[in-house]
Amino acid sequence: MTGTGNIVTPLPFPTAARRELGDQQLRHNLRKATHTIRDKRLRMVGEVPDWEQLRVAGAAIKDDVLARLPSLLEQFEAAATAAGATVHWARDAAEACAVVADLVVATGTAEVVKVKSMATQEIGLNEALQAVGVHAVETDLAELIVQLADDTPSHILVPAIHYNRTQIRDIFASRMPGVDTAALTDDPPALAEAARRHLRSRFLSTKVGISGANFAIASTGTLAVVESEGNGRMCLTLPETLISVVGIEKLLPSFADLEVFLQLLPRSSTGERMNPYTSLWTGVTPGDGPQTVHIVLVDNGRTDTLADPVGRQALRCIRCSACLNVCPVYERVGGHAYGSVYPGPIGAILSPQLSGEGANRTLPYASTLCGACFDACPVRIDIPQVLVHLRQSGVDAARGRPSAERTAMRTMSYVMRDRRRYSAALRAARRGAAPLRMAAGRRGTLRRLPWPLSAWTSVRDAPLPPRQTFREWWTREHSS
Amino acid sequence: MRIALFVTCVNDLMFPDTGKAVVTVLERLGHQVEFPLDQTCCGQMHANSGYRAETLPLVDNFVRTFSAYDAIVAPSASCVAMVRESYPRLAPSPALASVASRTFELSELLVDQLGVIDVGARFPHRVTYHPTCHGLRMLRLGDRPRQLLSAVEGLTLSPLSGAEECCGFGGTFALKNPGVSGAMLADKCAAVCDTGAEYLAAADNSCLTHIGGGLSRSSAPVTPIHYAQILASR
Repeated sequence: MTGTGNIVTPLPFPTAARRELGDQQLRHNLRKATHTIRDKRLRMVGEVPDWEQLRVAGAAIKDDVLARLPSLLEQFEAAATAAGATVHWARDAAEACAVVADLVVATGTAEVVKVKSMATQEIGLNEALQAVGVHAVETDLAELIVQLADDTPSHILVPAIHYNRTQIRDIFASRMPGVDTAALTDDPPALAEAARRHLRSRFLSTKVGISGANFAIASTGTLAVVESEGNGRMCLTLPETLISVVGIEKLLPSFADLEVFLQLLPRSSTGERMNPYTSLWTGVTPGDGPQTVHIVLVDNGRTDTLADPVGRQALRCIRCSACLNVCPVYERVGGHAYGSVYPGPIGAILSPQLSGEGANRTLPYASTLCGACFDACPVRIDIPQVLVHLRQSGVDAARGRPSAERTAMRTMSYVMRDRRRYSAALRAARRGAAPLRMAAGRRGTLRRLPWPLSAWTSVRDAPLPPRQTFREWWTREHSS
Repeated sequence: MRIALFVTCVNDLMFPDTGKAVVTVLERLGHQVEFPLDQTCCGQMHANSGYRAETLPLVDNFVRTFSAYDAIVAPSASCVAMVRESYPRLAPSPALASVASRTFELSELLVDQLGVIDVGARFPHRVTYHPTCHGLRMLRLGDRPRQLLSAVEGLTLSPLSGAEECCGFGGTFALKNPGVSGAMLADKCAAVCDTGAEYLAAADNSCLTHIGGGLSRSSAPVTPIHYAQILASR
């Protein structure tokens, strides 16, 4: 079953990217932020002598999970149920939203507090709750900024990365209820203090908390959330009811596997040795924390993704966003250009697979295949390999439909598989270029070419072939 | 050792001087180079654009053409990466694996196979080196090209800031996403100009065409040059 929700880009990537490229402030904000996290990550990863072995171990554990996912899921369900949690299954975003909305409505509350969660962003939970009259309060600082601004997240870890602190100050001043507008500066501690005051009363009064999970332990039925601000700990412990939305690929076989991932995740994501808060809970603990615990296991395209032997490695992803921070394309355009809640390199391979054929067709081409993402990935997802694989699937699916690109590729393949045709084509190209030499002038380069090469000459000059190909030179040299 | 030159289609048509430079350097070091005329294109553009069926005949042609040689050398990191990294995934076979394992980028052949750092070149200019993505992250060339350049008499090597960042070429990416490609190019060109170098060297003429096209557009006084041509100078 294909996935639904906020994983489909409404605009082709080149169009959306062009729109974002025009925003100079955005470019500046992104460059500064991505380079800061990038450098921090490099320092923290450099401290770990067995980082490569950790990456290999992380990939191997996740591959093991994917290889026996059905039985591990049943094991998780049994363990969590035995510990007092109620486990629900959802095939897609709509089902998951309906399950959560019904649970919330049954409590009679009109407001829920939320831990930052990609799964709930993916299924569009806030909008679904709004539709049944429930307001979801985002409590992660950056998610709160985005929510107040009526915007969408542009990064997996740092959803408000596209804003600088002055812009955040303005958002708080105009949108945050009860804020002292005159006294609010763009000093980060002042902004954090305003958010703390705003959120504190919600934490203490709200009856329902909603979270995702970074990891789900199959053998014990435990869920784990790692975070930096302590808002998660509040949402996970204070409400009476806790509902967690978890993608089915989040499983780890055993508690001991956390050893690997709690080293890989913070260093890769925030560039910290250890994240400040790690919360773990197993069903219900009588008299301590939420007494009603629900877990909604979501497929939303993951089973389809699992069926693809090359593409399935995308399901190893632990949402650290290291690939976003090193990606030269993401750095220029930001997360909104990718449409989906999963932007950057991982989004370019995850969104098209979750959504299935037909949607997100331009995303696999949103990369130069430079390979920086693969090097940074803590679970060794070979993103360039999957990008090329998805391009292949797209090309194969479109066979039979006329396309200028396909005709060009076919023709070039036909010409280039044979030495005589190839030599003749080189000769023709060299001769064909001769009349252009006048236009090329002294520098020997062309300023303007017709479509489709006009895309090249929009910002760069193009060279001309010289008067002799290499093989003509070689043949002449060795003819005697 | 029978060494075959795989010049690559881009160099064959557009940059024959790079192919000549490889021949010059290897002959100067006492090796004979052969140029099998059956060679054409490695198929990288087809494969990376998703045209697998159109790539396979080119893979076959490469394996057929080069299987008799002890070493195959190419002045292009991305074409060598295509042969060594992508071929085995596209059409796995023992014959292909064997040819792929004997295919080297020029600096790998010189430094690892022939044990040479100083090729006896002279190039009295200030040069900066851009390590292209596939050389850096697929072939892991490391500092081999820079070692070779550092041994060139008279050459001053200027460090390039953000050297490991992509220039924005990416084959058809430059045409499919010209805006993003151009933004990446602008940053790379600015970094190159900041070095004050007269020459920008790299292991891939495709990337050099891209950066060179940007430099030329802004009339920057930096000349792109394949590092093989520096190694051939004296």
